[in-house]
Amino acid sequence: MALKDITLGQYFPGNSPVHRLDPRTKLICVVLYIVALFLAAWFVTYAVMLAVLAGSIYLSKVPVKSVFRGLKPVLFIVVFTAVLNLFYTPGDTVLAQFWVFTITLEGVWRAFFMVVRIMMLISGTFLLTYTTSPILLTDGLESLLGPLKMVRVPVHELAMMMSIALRFIPTLIEETDKIMSAQRARGADFESGNLIQRAKALLPLLVPLFISAFRRADELATAMECRCYHGGEGRTRLRQLKYKAADYVTLFLFLAITVGVGVLGHFGL
Amino acid sequence: MSAIIQTSDLRFSYPAAEGVTPVVLDGVSLSIEEGSFVAVLGHNGCGKSTLAKHMNAILLPSGGTVYVDGIDTADDSRLLDIRRAVGMVFQNPDNQIVANVVEEDVAFAPENLGVPPAEIRQRVDDALKAVNMYDHREHAPHLLSGGQKQRVAIAGVIAMRPRCIVLDEPTAMLDPIGRKDVLRTIKELNRTRGVTVVLITHHMDEAAQADRLIVMAKGRVVADGAPKAVFSRVEELRKVGLTVPQTTQLLWELRQAGYDVPLDALSDEECAQALYSLLMKNPPVTA
Repeated sequence: MALKDITLGQYFPGNSPVHRLDPRTKLICVVLYIVALFLAAWFVTYAVMLAVLAGSIYLSKVPVKSVFRGLKPVLFIVVFTAVLNLFYTPGDTVLAQFWVFTITLEGVWRAFFMVVRIMMLISGTFLLTYTTSPILLTDGLESLLGPLKMVRVPVHELAMMMSIALRFIPTLIEETDKIMSAQRARGADFESGNLIQRAKALLPLLVPLFISAFRRADELATAMECRCYHGGEGRTRLRQLKYKAADYVTLFLFLAITVGVGVLGHFGL
Repeated sequence: MSAIIQTSDLRFSYPAAEGVTPVVLDGVSLSIEEGSFVAVLGHNGCGKSTLAKHMNAILLPSGGTVYVDGIDTADDSRLLDIRRAVGMVFQNPDNQIVANVVEEDVAFAPENLGVPPAEIRQRVDDALKAVNMYDHREHAPHLLSGGQKQRVAIAGVIAMRPRCIVLDEPTAMLDPIGRKDVLRTIKELNRTRGVTVVLITHHMDEAAQADRLIVMAKGRVVADGAPKAVFSRVEELRKVGLTVPQTTQLLWELRQAGYDVPLDALSDEECAQALYSLLMKNPPVTA
């Protein structure tokens, strides 16, 4: 198991127009994009959405291959949804029938569009993490969810937790590697046996990892207090988020597309 | 010169476990002058880290008082003023870096203090230049070496513009090169910026570079003075389980053997000079 291959919210550094957009713009656009995908009904609307996705990928200069690589882990869900929709959609035009299964024309279309929808949904959200650094994403989320502070949602604390988690992922991965080597040197076997045996073998890995993580957390908390951390109150930021002209244009465009797709979808196009 | 940190009869013990109250600090009275470079030396468990943690109100005394810049550390309402005046750097650089970009981490303290963004930028650049890490400002901390990470941690404290920095064994986890870099940075901060430095350490050679050396054992101060004077009290230091720098050790043993050498020649050059004059006085017998 190569721990270094673990990627979470992988980011492709770059300076494309998509990279330069404000993270809040991208977050709102992704939400609009998802809404529009669910409003899309037939070829016309899906074609519009596909054009939006293709355009965004093109502008982001992220290699198309990587966008599709993100689809691999969800392939099972895609196939599963497709099969379910294929067999369980009631309809008038029966294409084939065997045992308890009935395949209708409606089912075929529904399965087809469902597959397209899920794939587009995932590639779209992946494009967000590919073009936005985790810090900016956290900043954007904190800023967008800011109004929720009024109803006592600890937005700042959640954003801080997220960014500290991101900061410590590489450190903890490194530590896991170290502990694994140490345990292997003493004869631990992480790679053979059945599922239960392997899970058991992980125990001597998890215990020291957790102990060390708690110790780290304690030290980090002290260090943060030493640097005058006292919650989000009265805090300023080095990096200021600012909407630019491109952001307003993009937001308007996505809003228009969503409304347009909604209307067209309503008429079954 | 005025005192930035003043402790009087400071006592501290951790909450009792099973009836025994381990006393960690047993009446420490110290006054750290503004602008000085003080090293605190002692064995593991002598209470030096506990003393450090009293210097910016992470721990509060069980008895006695600690004043930081004239403020009693027990005064909860002035906590931020105390922490702003005295910055703290710890042993493990990994566990004190908060952000995943160097400059963001250095900005953490000024952000907490509510400094306006333009001034944060200025403070961050200034702090990173002071520790010679400006070129790495956009790097991810986990890709830096131990010494570099520790310098980033120091920059993170400097950006707060403290009047005093307390470093709790900052070089304990570093390789020799990293140690040297960090120590040079600390000395430079003290000399060029007049920041008061309190260096907690168990390395003799690091302690020897300070203006003043405090030796602790069993929660008490056992020696306090200029490094040269403190180190020449070889027997006392040995009694509390500390060795002396190799130079002092050599001169001390020569002295035990009946040679007339000074004990306060601490640096390599001074020691060499002392040996040279000894040799000139007693030319070796050639066969």
